[in-house]
Amino acid sequence: MNRRTLEESLLPPVVALLLAAVVGDVLILSFGQSPGAVYRLLLEGTWGNAYGFGQVLYKATTLTFTGLAVGLGLRAGLFNIGAESQVAAGGFVAAVAGMLLPAGIPALLCLPLFVLAAALGGGIVGAVPGVLKAKFGAHEVIVTIMLNFIVLALLNYLTSAKVHVPDTLHTPELKSGALFRLSDVIPAFHGSAANATILLAVIAAAVFGWYLFRTRRGFELRAVGLQPRAAENAGVHVGGVVWRALTVSGAIAGIGGLNYVLGYKHYYEEGFASGAGYLGIAVALVGRNHPLGIVVAALLFATLSQGGLVVNALVPKQMIDVLQAVVILAVATSVPEVRRMLRTSRRTAAT
Amino acid sequence: MRKLLILVGALLIVHVVLLFVSPSGAAAPASRAAVNVGIVFDLGGRGDKSFNDGAYLGAERAAREMGARVRFIEPGEGSDRESGLRLLAAEGMDLVIGVGFIFTDDLTQLAKEYPNTHFAGVDYSVATNKDGKVIPPPPNLAALKFREEQGSFLVGALAALVGKSKKVGFVGGMNFPLIHKFEAGYIAGVKRVCPDCEVISQYAGVTPEAFRNPGKGKELALSQYQQGVDVIFHASGSTGLGVFEAARQTNKLAIGVDADQYDEAPGFVLTSMVKGVDNAVFDAIRRVKEKRFQGGIYQYGLAEGGVGYVYDQHNERLIPPTVRARLEQLRRDIIEGRINVPSTR
Repeated sequence: MNRRTLEESLLPPVVALLLAAVVGDVLILSFGQSPGAVYRLLLEGTWGNAYGFGQVLYKATTLTFTGLAVGLGLRAGLFNIGAESQVAAGGFVAAVAGMLLPAGIPALLCLPLFVLAAALGGGIVGAVPGVLKAKFGAHEVIVTIMLNFIVLALLNYLTSAKVHVPDTLHTPELKSGALFRLSDVIPAFHGSAANATILLAVIAAAVFGWYLFRTRRGFELRAVGLQPRAAENAGVHVGGVVWRALTVSGAIAGIGGLNYVLGYKHYYEEGFASGAGYLGIAVALVGRNHPLGIVVAALLFATLSQGGLVVNALVPKQMIDVLQAVVILAVATSVPEVRRMLRTSRRTAAT
Repeated sequence: MRKLLILVGALLIVHVVLLFVSPSGAAAPASRAAVNVGIVFDLGGRGDKSFNDGAYLGAERAAREMGARVRFIEPGEGSDRESGLRLLAAEGMDLVIGVGFIFTDDLTQLAKEYPNTHFAGVDYSVATNKDGKVIPPPPNLAALKFREEQGSFLVGALAALVGKSKKVGFVGGMNFPLIHKFEAGYIAGVKRVCPDCEVISQYAGVTPEAFRNPGKGKELALSQYQQGVDVIFHASGSTGLGVFEAARQTNKLAIGVDADQYDEAPGFVLTSMVKGVDNAVFDAIRRVKEKRFQGGIYQYGLAEGGVGYVYDQHNERLIPPTVRARLEQLRRDIIEGRINVPSTR
C-alpha cells in the first residue's frame, strides 16, 4: 500500500471521528455537562479498567461477526441488511442444538457442532435472499429487510410457544458445550461477558481475508462486486457468486450468535443481540470491508456502546446514538465503494 | 488531500477547546451523605407511560423528599442489563433497582456477588423448586411484586355493575402467567357481582410484541364490542391504545391499566387499574435510607396501596354512588380477608 492510498483510506475515518467528537461536545454542553469530564468517564469506563475493557471485547466480538457478514456482501456488491435476524437465527439454532445434546461432553468436542448449527441457522436466512436474487433478480435489500421481520417474529413465536422456561423469555440452558469466559483465564476480567468466542472472531476475520484475497472464489466474488458484466464476460457465473455470497454472509452473522449463547448466558433469549446486525453495516462501512478495518471498527462501536452505558447518568443514551450516526454518515459519504454505488444507481435511474 | 488535512486540524482545535469548557452545575460524583440509588430500566423503557415511568416517578419523589441521589441507566441490548446493574453496584450505590421481570436472573446473581449492596427487582419472578416450594431471593434482594389480581377484581366488579349487556371483555397483551393474574382477578370480580355475566377474554399474542400492537388491540376490541360487550379491561401495554380507539369509535367504555389512562380517550375510560410501581420504588428507597432494608418478597396489594382503581373528578359521573359504595365494600372484604382473589386461571 503506497502512501497515497494509505492516506485515502485512513483520513476519512479520522475526519469522521473528529466530526463526531465535535458534535458530541456540542450535545454534551447542551445537556449542561462538561465534554472533558464526559469523555474522560467514557474512556475510563471502557478502556480504563479490566471490566469495561472486557465488555468492549464482548460487544466487539458480535460486531466483528456482523461486520464481516455485511462486508462480505458489500465486496460482492450486495447489501445484506439481514444480519440482525441472521445473528438471532444462528443463536437460536445453536441453543436448540445445545438443549438436545447430552450433558457432559467436553466443550472443545461439541464446538464444531455449535459452529455448524449457528452457521446453518444464519445461512438459511441468508440463502433465501441469495437464491431469490440469483434466480429472479429480487433486490436483496428489500428481501433481507423484510426477512428480518419474518424471522424475528418466527423466532419469538418458537421461543415463547415451544422452548422457553416458564416466566422467562429464554430457552433452557445448554446441557454442554459452554465456552470459558476470559475471566477464567485472567481474573481481572471478573464479571465481564467477554469469552472464548473472541478467538472465533479473530479466526473468522483471518479466514475472511484469506478467502477474499488469496482464493479464486474470493477473486470472483470481488470481480462481481466491482463490475458484474465484466466478470460475467470473463466467465464468472454471477448468479452462483451472488447466492453463495449472501448465504456465507448469513452464516458468518449466525456464528456471531454464539457469543451470547455459548459464551455468555448459555441460552437463547429474545433480543439478545438487538441492534448488532444493523450496527454491523456501520462496522463494515467504517472498516472499509477489510478484515483488519472491520475488527478496528467493531472495537470502536463497541467502545461507544459500552461507553454510552457508563456516561448514561450524565447524558441520555440517545447522545451515543447520535455520535454513531455521525460517524456512519461521515464515513459513508467518503467511502469510494458507497460513492460508486450511488453513482451507478444514479446512472441506472437515468437510463 | 490538503483540504482534508486542514479540516482535520480545524476540527481538532475546536474539539480541544470545547473539552475545557465546563458549564456550571455539571454533575458531581456520588456523595456519601445521601442515599445513592441506581435504576436500570427495561429495554426501551423510559416514556412508556406506565411501568418504567412509574419507577422513574418513585425515584424522583425520593430525590425530592429525601434528598436521594438517583442515577438511571437505559440498556440497549441483552448484555447491557447485567452490565448496567454491575456498573451501578461497582460504583457503590446503596440500592440498585432493576425494572421488569426480565432482570430476575441478573439481579439474583449480582446480589450474591455484592452482598453489601441492596437490590430490588420490580416484578421479580420468584422461582420455585421441584416440590413447588418458593426459593427465597438472596437476603439483600427485595422482590417487589404486585397483587394485580386484587385491583383487577375491583375493576371487574365495576365493569359488571356499570355494563348493561351482561357481557364484558378482557384484552391481554402477551399470553403468559403475569397477565393471567389480571385476567383471573378480573373474571372473579365480574362473577362476584353478576354470576351469570359472560366474560370474553382474548390475547394479542404470545410474544412481547403483543404489548406494542395497537392495531391488533383495536381489532380485538371492535369484535368484542360488536358481540355486545360494553366494557373492556385491557392489560396490554400500548396495544391498549387500540382498545381505547375502538371504545371511542363505538361509543363504549374501556378500562386502563398500570397508570391512570384517562387522557388516552377522555370520556370513554371508565377507570384504570393502577399499579403503584412508584410507591413500591419509593418505599424501597425509604427503607434503605432508614437503614431497615430487608430482602425477601414484598407483595403490594390493596392493603398496601400497591394496586387500586382510579376514582376522581374525571370519571365520577360514569360511576354511580351506589356502585362506588359496593366497590369500597368489596375492597374492605379483600383487605380483611373475607374474599380470596385467585391469581391463576
